[in-house]
Amino acid sequence: MLEIQNVTAGYGHFTALWDVSLRVDAGEAVAVVGPNGAGKTTLLRVISGLIPTRSGTFGVEGTSLTGLAAHQIVAHGIAHVPEGRRLFPALTVADNLKMGAFLPAARAHHAESLERVYSLFPVLAERRTQRAGSMSGGEQQMLAIGRALMSRPKLILLDEPSMGLAPVMVLRLFDLIRRVRAEGYTILVVEQNVRQVLKLVDRAYLLEVGRIRMEGRAAELAEQDFVRKAYMGV
Amino acid sequence: MDPIFLLEAAINGILLGGVLALLALGLNLIFGVLDVVWIAYVDLVMLCMYAVYFVVTVWGWPFWVGALAALALGALLGVSVHVLIISPILTSAPINQLLATGGLLFFLQSFATFLWTTDHRSVRLTLPSWEIAGIFLPATRLIPFAISILAVIGLYLFLTRTYIGTAIRAVSQDREAMALMGADPRRVYLVTSAVGGLMAGLAGTLLIFQYAVHPFFGGQFGPLTFMICVLGGLGNMVGAFVASFIMSEVIAVGGVVFSTEMGYVIAFVIFIVMMFVRPGGILAKRS
Repeated sequence: MLEIQNVTAGYGHFTALWDVSLRVDAGEAVAVVGPNGAGKTTLLRVISGLIPTRSGTFGVEGTSLTGLAAHQIVAHGIAHVPEGRRLFPALTVADNLKMGAFLPAARAHHAESLERVYSLFPVLAERRTQRAGSMSGGEQQMLAIGRALMSRPKLILLDEPSMGLAPVMVLRLFDLIRRVRAEGYTILVVEQNVRQVLKLVDRAYLLEVGRIRMEGRAAELAEQDFVRKAYMGV
Repeated sequence: MDPIFLLEAAINGILLGGVLALLALGLNLIFGVLDVVWIAYVDLVMLCMYAVYFVVTVWGWPFWVGALAALALGALLGVSVHVLIISPILTSAPINQLLATGGLLFFLQSFATFLWTTDHRSVRLTLPSWEIAGIFLPATRLIPFAISILAVIGLYLFLTRTYIGTAIRAVSQDREAMALMGADPRRVYLVTSAVGGLMAGLAGTLLIFQYAVHPFFGGQFGPLTFMICVLGGLGNMVGAFVASFIMSEVIAVGGVVFSTEMGYVIAFVIFIVMMFVRPGGILAKRS
């Protein structure tokens, strides 16, 4: 579904990604793990068009997305749940979800998508008139994911979904992401919580200082001494 | 003093407040979304008043044609100000944007003087007046008030019920996140500027019911509009609406009790005092 070939990208004079190639098949859940500053967030921002590529190409289902702006890429079925959630804090939960369905194609199915999101995250239905900024971190993360689902994407990019959440909430959130996956969405997730995320995904890539170091089935990667020692603290 | 005069002044204050609210909400909408103060906002209103004057008085078309011309011109001016002046310097320091729209103010005033001289021009409308219990209620004030209130309700519904209206509120909170929703932020800014310009066109149409237009008309209402926005809390739409009526009441009642000039003096003194007491605006939460 998603194909990234030899992408190099960065900010100003700084290069954050070097010659990165990666692939996500339809229905798969794939993780990109690695230490702070490895370029994980940059990778997702390149895919959603927030950062231009310097070289290399990427696309979905054979259509090239290289060089498109962020607002054009969403229309190709890619929804980005950004780092730090990036909700509209002064808008209500319902209005945040409405913005998720901003695209004309998504608008036509607003009611149907809303029902789906509310059944996945019942707490959002209860809080629909509350301002997004006044909710707890876990609820905000659910809203950020729900908002992404409102655009009726095929692929969801999740950037550090567990960041800033209490340990109990982290477990609940991963369960919820499992349920989202079961609904048939393809997921590319970036996480620092390597132990949890490797239980969630099929395959994973290890990114270090902007380069892909390793790639494999999640179970195999978890077994690798190197990964265990470096990222799982065992 | 006869209390009936006070009551009449109070009613006139409310009627004036409606049109002031329209001006303040237009300016505030632009600021709230783009973080730019269009110092020349009321000078755009001035141009729209000229449009009504020329279409109706000079060329002899019906008033509604003049109103449509003013609305169209307002929207066009709003888009032009954004595309030609604001957009190229959107990411530069706020002071540059302020100076640029300030420059526009002098340009528009001088250009209007050059084209149309400093003569005061008015559109003569023959409209009825009513007297209820000794209070004089002219339609030239009631109609603009009623239309202003309808326009404010319309703006509220636009910003809360429509996708693009909600996007206008959302883009001011997180521009990048709005791009991730599939909305081109540049397009949202353009729509915002067009709506702000449209409101200037409507305000111009309503102001010409009561006021003559001249190249320096902006000086009459510009500072007052800006003051109302700051008093209500810049970018705070509800605050601006409330502040419009506070200021119009002070001006109208103060004008009757003392003199017209004193009404404005009192209004500005209240403004300065409030800046010390509540610098974030009347509706701001105390920190």
